[in-house]
Amino acid sequence: MEELLEILGELHPDVDYEVEEALIDDKILDSFDIVSLIAEINDTFDVAITAKDIVPENFNSAKALYALIQRLEEEA
Amino acid sequence: MLFTSYGFLGFIAIVFVLYYLIPRKCQWGLLLAASYLFYFFAGPEYLPYILVTTVTVYIAALRIGKNEEAQAVYLKAHKADLSREEKKAYKETQKKIRRRWILAAILLNMGILAVVKYTNFAIANVNSLLGALGREGRLSFLDLALPLGISFYTFQAVGYLIDVYRGTVQVERNLFRFALFVSFFPQLVQGPISRFGDLSETLYKEHPFEGRTVSYGLQRMLFGYFKKMVIADRILVGVNAIIGDTGQYAGAYVLVGMLFYALELYADFTGGIDITIGIAETLGIRLTENFERPYSSRSLKEFWRRWHITMGTWFRDYIFYPLSVSRPMQKFTRFSRSHLGETVGKRLPVYLASFTVWFATGIWHGASWNFVVWGLGNWLVLMVSESLEPVYERFHRRFGAGGKCYHLFEVVRTFLLVACLRLFDCYRSVPVTFQMFGSLLSARNWNILWDGSLLALGLSALDYGILALGAVALVSVSLLGRRGSVRDRIARKPYPVRFVVWYGLFLVVLLMGAYGIGYDASQFIYNQF
Repeated sequence: MEELLEILGELHPDVDYEVEEALIDDKILDSFDIVSLIAEINDTFDVAITAKDIVPENFNSAKALYALIQRLEEEA
Repeated sequence: MLFTSYGFLGFIAIVFVLYYLIPRKCQWGLLLAASYLFYFFAGPEYLPYILVTTVTVYIAALRIGKNEEAQAVYLKAHKADLSREEKKAYKETQKKIRRRWILAAILLNMGILAVVKYTNFAIANVNSLLGALGREGRLSFLDLALPLGISFYTFQAVGYLIDVYRGTVQVERNLFRFALFVSFFPQLVQGPISRFGDLSETLYKEHPFEGRTVSYGLQRMLFGYFKKMVIADRILVGVNAIIGDTGQYAGAYVLVGMLFYALELYADFTGGIDITIGIAETLGIRLTENFERPYSSRSLKEFWRRWHITMGTWFRDYIFYPLSVSRPMQKFTRFSRSHLGETVGKRLPVYLASFTVWFATGIWHGASWNFVVWGLGNWLVLMVSESLEPVYERFHRRFGAGGKCYHLFEVVRTFLLVACLRLFDCYRSVPVTFQMFGSLLSARNWNILWDGSLLALGLSALDYGILALGAVALVSVSLLGRRGSVRDRIARKPYPVRFVVWYGLFLVVLLMGAYGIGYDASQFIYNQF
């Protein structure tokens, strides 16, 4: 989780990712942010996030994103 | 059958009455019959196209769904006897089968769209190339009619297929229900491009007659007709005059044309969508919104999140994301980061994916180079803005630019930027657009703005008065809409106020709608896509 928060922090340092739960719904992350984020996550965690995983439920909070990473790690 | 024709109004009146008279379980069946009748009126020769798309996408989705089910059953039955690797290999094999189905259906349907929409564009380019090379002989153009709404229903059907493949929606097993999703007549002509997950929740439901929903739908339709007939079709005369004679109407006229076209396109497209959503609402069906006060955007990026939303999200979800996170693109990201450094290396793949999307957006709007240049112009501005974001942030912090005046400046700047880029759409020729933009930058005829020259564009002083009041009405409704539904607000007013508002608007459309001598009820601009 620490590593993920670090990656997210680089995108928008002013956002408190530990409490924010509407990163997509409140338009804090846009499509460019999401694509950059996925590249970083894929590299750091050695997973492959695909287009079908890009839904608001997976990207609205750091917690949801971390759950997605864990799920992909288990599936790998 | 134009939305603005008496025939169409009669058609929806009959559909509406029957819809609430027949047993509710037959409502969606009636809508399917009405949709195909509507399409038949548009041109019986177009029917095979929509039928092919419907049937092929339906079959492909069904096969993909059945394959998923069979996979689940097989894995469950062999849970104990298969190793992890064997399960993985089996899943891969099944995935390949599903991929073949989706690729075949997408290639066929996008192929049909490409052939009917872009063949003559390709022939024109080949002929230009042959001419440039000094070769004799030219290829003849084909007589291909563009089926009504083909871009919209193809995108909608393909979107459904991808969603089924991704497992985000359930397969529709009933061919007729699926046929209604593809052909639902109010949205067939100019969108919005609905998602199956959203529309299926409301399209097939039984809808009892609810006075409030019907009345809200009629109000939305009325406002749409006001935008289309009182504003868009009136100002169209001025727009056509300016772009039709580039020799006479240069310099400051280009600015006038830009502003006129901005108003025309907004009133035409949002008006058409208001009518579409309003018709669906009278039937109890909820369609996705396609606009969110686009002209109040503070940047081009924001504008594209608010204008033609369903098209933007379609390109984002089905082209931009898959391309950006594809394996080759991920490899390219790693390559560019290691060779070009973190900052540039990280951005380059995103810019490349975005370039593809904007090229596709441009050519989707029309099969000619001016639309491609328009799309890539948008891309260029977006990428430059994205790259300069840290500079903007430093500037904002340094000069404290965040007040209302600066906000207004950003809105006006974005509006003008959008209007400038649309000159490619107006003049339909890249060299002419540059020439006219050049004439605007060196304009010396600013006196036309006040010396009465604008009255020679086919618009009288009364027309200008109506257009000015119409524009004020649009801005006011837009501003009021920021604080919730305008219709809710009016509904809470006493009866005389409501009466004056809605019957007043009805009379305005009836008396000031642009029909009669000198006017010709025109197609909606987005019909041609």
